[in-house]
Amino acid sequence: MAEFVMPTLGSDMTKGTLVAWKKQVGDRVAKSEVIAEVDTEKSAIEVESFHAGVIEQLLVKPGETVSVGTVMAIIREEGTQPTSAHASGAHPPLQTVSPKAPDTSLHPASLPTAAPIAGGERLRISPAARKLAGELGVDPVLVKGTGPGGAITLEDIQLSAAPRVTPATSIASPGETSDRQARMRQTIAAAMARSKREIPHYYLSTIIDMGRAMTWLKEENLKRPVTDRLLYGVLLVRAVALALRRVPELNALWKDNAIIQKPDIHVGVAVSLRQGGLIAPAIHDTDKRSLSDLMSNLQDVVKRARAGTLRSSELSDPTITVTNLGEQGVETVFGVIYPPQVALVGFGKVVERPWVVEGQVVSRPVVTATLSADHRVTDGHRGGLFLATIDRLLQEPSQL
Amino acid sequence: MTTPPFPGQIKDTILQVLAEVAPEADLAGLKPDVSFRDQLDLDSMDFLNFVIRIHEAFGVDIPESDYPKYATLKGCVEQLSGTR
Repeated sequence: MAEFVMPTLGSDMTKGTLVAWKKQVGDRVAKSEVIAEVDTEKSAIEVESFHAGVIEQLLVKPGETVSVGTVMAIIREEGTQPTSAHASGAHPPLQTVSPKAPDTSLHPASLPTAAPIAGGERLRISPAARKLAGELGVDPVLVKGTGPGGAITLEDIQLSAAPRVTPATSIASPGETSDRQARMRQTIAAAMARSKREIPHYYLSTIIDMGRAMTWLKEENLKRPVTDRLLYGVLLVRAVALALRRVPELNALWKDNAIIQKPDIHVGVAVSLRQGGLIAPAIHDTDKRSLSDLMSNLQDVVKRARAGTLRSSELSDPTITVTNLGEQGVETVFGVIYPPQVALVGFGKVVERPWVVEGQVVSRPVVTATLSADHRVTDGHRGGLFLATIDRLLQEPSQL
Repeated sequence: MTTPPFPGQIKDTILQVLAEVAPEADLAGLKPDVSFRDQLDLDSMDFLNFVIRIHEAFGVDIPESDYPKYATLKGCVEQLSGTR
């Protein structure tokens, strides 16, 4: 058996509210498949399962708020317990599972509890009835079956669920939206205060000639239909991911006074939300994706960040953050690291500046790239090498 | 979708596209000659999505070099009326 717990989706998340289950009791769930929608201080998040198996129990009801680490569901992992779903003739198969220790004193409408599972008796219930039980939040173990051989029917489940109040839907009212904004502000405040309190930041800056990159991008986009065009920010994200391969110590977390080097590169991209606040979901395996692939991922993640349908791994996995504040005319970013990450890369606006090329002063588009890094983990020398590598990569855009 | 026959319909379609791209934006007081970016806080990703949807709604090709012509409501209506 595996436990599905309320995950930590940010360094300062302490609790979350279950909005809806995406799987029901009896459903099969694959690893990394979305199992629940959870509302956090920042956003509604689709939470993925770390385990593959069959949902055995759902222990938390929609609308309930529980602390991080609370067991929310029990998943029967593949191969850990035999199931005996026999297909027999024209009748729908009855699945058999181990029920909890019978407790006849409980009213049928009692809520499912987290009682340990005991072997022994088997429950006769059709998959349809089991699915309905999951939807209605009825624990089949507590239902008396009236079907053949004591099997639990759809009607039995419906009758058991009758006194239950249906949880409210998750559509946010204007009041809830402003409430979420206030909570997001608090979450950002907590994370940034912790960052400034605990992380000894050092800052480096370099101006990068973007002439080649912008020319290449213009020509590349001429060849592409409008639906496949690249944004310049994608080149930056790609360059950062590739530079991390050269300076991997910036791709790390700092936890419990120790460096945790991360083998995979998941760049978090800062997305500002129009109602206020920001969120920086990860684009997984950023260094292994082509520019086109990164572009479609970026479009997808920005859209979902604003719609409140990010996935749990996208919030918990970033190994570094990139923020591009050039859109509003900012030239230089002095970034604050998002703990437990150890670095943040900032880009400003691309501006035309006098630039010396082969002894001649020419006008070139340039961008200021900055690195904010944790001095407990790296030193300025390595940070400088990292920025120089980003610069070098952007001078050969066709190789990105 | 075929090209809408009247400027009024063109404008309605543009506003509909804007509402899809930036659902949080307030389109009621949109000024026709001020850029969408300045009024609605659109970023380059939003604007690209806007251009993609205009392309899909009107069947027009919009090269990057023409983006500035689509920066305002007035500019969009002019461009799209001319394509009839």
